[in-house]
Amino acid sequence: MPSPRYWREVPSRLRLEAARCSSCGKVNYPPRPICPGCRGEKSEPTTLSKTAKIITSTVIHIAPDDFLFEAPYAIAIVETPEGARFMSQVVDCDPSSIGPGTDVSLEFRLIRKEARSGILCYGFKAVPTASWEG
Amino acid sequence: MREVAIVAAGMTPFGELWDMSLRRLFAEAALEVVKKAGVDHLDSIYVGNMSGGCFVGQEHLGPLMADQIGMAGVPSTRVESACASGGIALRTAFFEVASGASDLVLASGVEKMNDGADATNVLATAADQELEVYHGITFPGLYAMIARAHMAAHGTTEEDMSWVSVKNHRHGALNPKAQFPLEFTLEQVMNSTPVAEPLRLLHCSPVSDGAAAVLLCPLDQAKKYTDQPIKILGTGQATSAMALADRKDPTFLDSVQLSAERAYTMAGVRPGDIDVAEVHDCFAIAEICCIEALGLIEKGQAAGAAAAGLTALGGRIPVNTSGGLKSKGHPVGATGIAQAIEIFEQLRGEAGKRQVQGARLGLAQNMGGSGASSVVHILERT
Ligand SMILES: [Zn+2]
Repeated sequence: MPSPRYWREVPSRLRLEAARCSSCGKVNYPPRPICPGCRGEKSEPTTLSKTAKIITSTVIHIAPDDFLFEAPYAIAIVETPEGARFMSQVVDCDPSSIGPGTDVSLEFRLIRKEARSGILCYGFKAVPTASWEG
Repeated sequence: MREVAIVAAGMTPFGELWDMSLRRLFAEAALEVVKKAGVDHLDSIYVGNMSGGCFVGQEHLGPLMADQIGMAGVPSTRVESACASGGIALRTAFFEVASGASDLVLASGVEKMNDGADATNVLATAADQELEVYHGITFPGLYAMIARAHMAAHGTTEEDMSWVSVKNHRHGALNPKAQFPLEFTLEQVMNSTPVAEPLRLLHCSPVSDGAAAVLLCPLDQAKKYTDQPIKILGTGQATSAMALADRKDPTFLDSVQLSAERAYTMAGVRPGDIDVAEVHDCFAIAEICCIEALGLIEKGQAAGAAAAGLTALGGRIPVNTSGGLKSKGHPVGATGIAQAIEIFEQLRGEAGKRQVQGARLGLAQNMGGSGASSVVHILERT
C-alpha cells in the first residue's frame, strides 16, 4: 500500500472519526461528501464510541497472503452505539466463541504489515466483553 | 426499442485448462458462435471480464479479442462488473441491438483464473478495499457472514446449505462442460474442509478457466441465422451498497430483488411464470438468498427448498440445471453468459439429460461482489 493511500485514511481508521448527517442524523463512517441515507450535504464531525456489538461474523481458515500466519481468525461486522457499522477482526478470544450479539470493545492494534512499502498498518480490532451463546 | 433474440451460443468446457490462454479461450467460444450462425461480420463485440489485469496482466481486452477472431476494426468493448461482468455484457449488447444502432452483436465473457495469480487476492478486489479487505476479509468470508446472519435471523442450517451443493452437483454430473461433473453426498459436503465458517469447501464455487459467447440480433432478422431464436423478453440491473456493513440487512440481497423487479416488469411476467432458472450460487448461501429475492420460492421456504426437491430437476422450479457455479465452474467474467446459454439450450429443448420438459420461460441472474451488482435476464421460447 503506497503511503499516501494509508495516510489519507488515518482520521477514520486510527481515530474513529465519523460524520453525523445534519439532515437525517445518520452517522456515516468513514465520512463521505454526501449522506447515503438522505443525500444531505451537511454534517457534523463526531467520534465513534469504543464499544460495539457483533452483527455477524466468520472465522477465516483460508486467508489472504498478508494474514496467512494468523489463520484461523475471527472477523465481524460490528455496530457502535451511534449506529455505525464496519468490519473488524475479533481478537484475544477463541474464534469460535463469538457471533451475532456478542458485545465487544474496540482496541487500537496493528492490523497488517505491508511487505512492499514497509508500512505497519494500524486500526481497531474488537475484543469480546461477553461470550456468545450461538 | 426493437425486439432482440439470441440466435447462437458457444462455450468452452469450464475447468483448469492449462493448455488454454485467455485469448485462446475467448476465440474458441466466439468462433463457435460465428460458425454456427454463419455470419461473415459482426457489428460490435462486448467482452465481459472481471480481472484480466490481475489474473494475467492483460487489460484492453476489447481490441485484443476482436483481433483474435479476425475482426480487427469492429468496435469491441470490455465490460467489468466483477462476477456480474458477463451478465452486464449481455445487457449492454441487448441495448445496442434494441436501440437500432447495430444488428449483429456478440456478447461474450472470459476469465483465465489458473495462470499463477492468487485467486483469493484477486477476487477480493470485488469487495471494498479500504473498508473490508484491509481488515483481512476474503470473498468466502463475506458470504460466510451473510450465512451466519441468515442462520441467526431465519434458522437456516448448515444442512440446508449443504443440500444446495448436493443438488447442484447432481445437475452438474449431467453436464459435459462442467468442471466437476460428479455427485457428492450430504455427509461429504458437511465434512469438507472449512474455508470461512460456516462455509466449507463444498459450499464454494471453484476457481475456473472458461469462455462463453452468444450472438444477438433483431428478432425479425433472427430466422436468417437459426430456426429457433430465443427472445430476450426482459433485462434488469441494480446496485447496492458496496460494503456488506453498509446494507440494512446483511441477509437480504436488495440488488437481486430490484434487478428482478425491473426484468419482470419489462417482460410482463411474474416469478410464478418462470419454468427454469440459473441463479448466482457462488456460495451455497447465495442460492438460498437469491431464489427468495427473485420470488421463485416463497419467503421463509428458500433455505429448505433444495432439501425438499423444489429446486431440483423434476421439482416445482428447477434451479441451476447446468450444475450452477458450484459444479459447472465459475470463470467469473464468463459466468453470466454461460447462465444465459443454459437457459437458451433449455428453451430450445437442447439440454439433453438436464432438459426441463416444455420449458417456455427462463431466467438468468448474475451477481457481482457480495451482492453490490445484480443483473437479471428473462428469455422466452419463440
Ligand atoms: Zn442523511
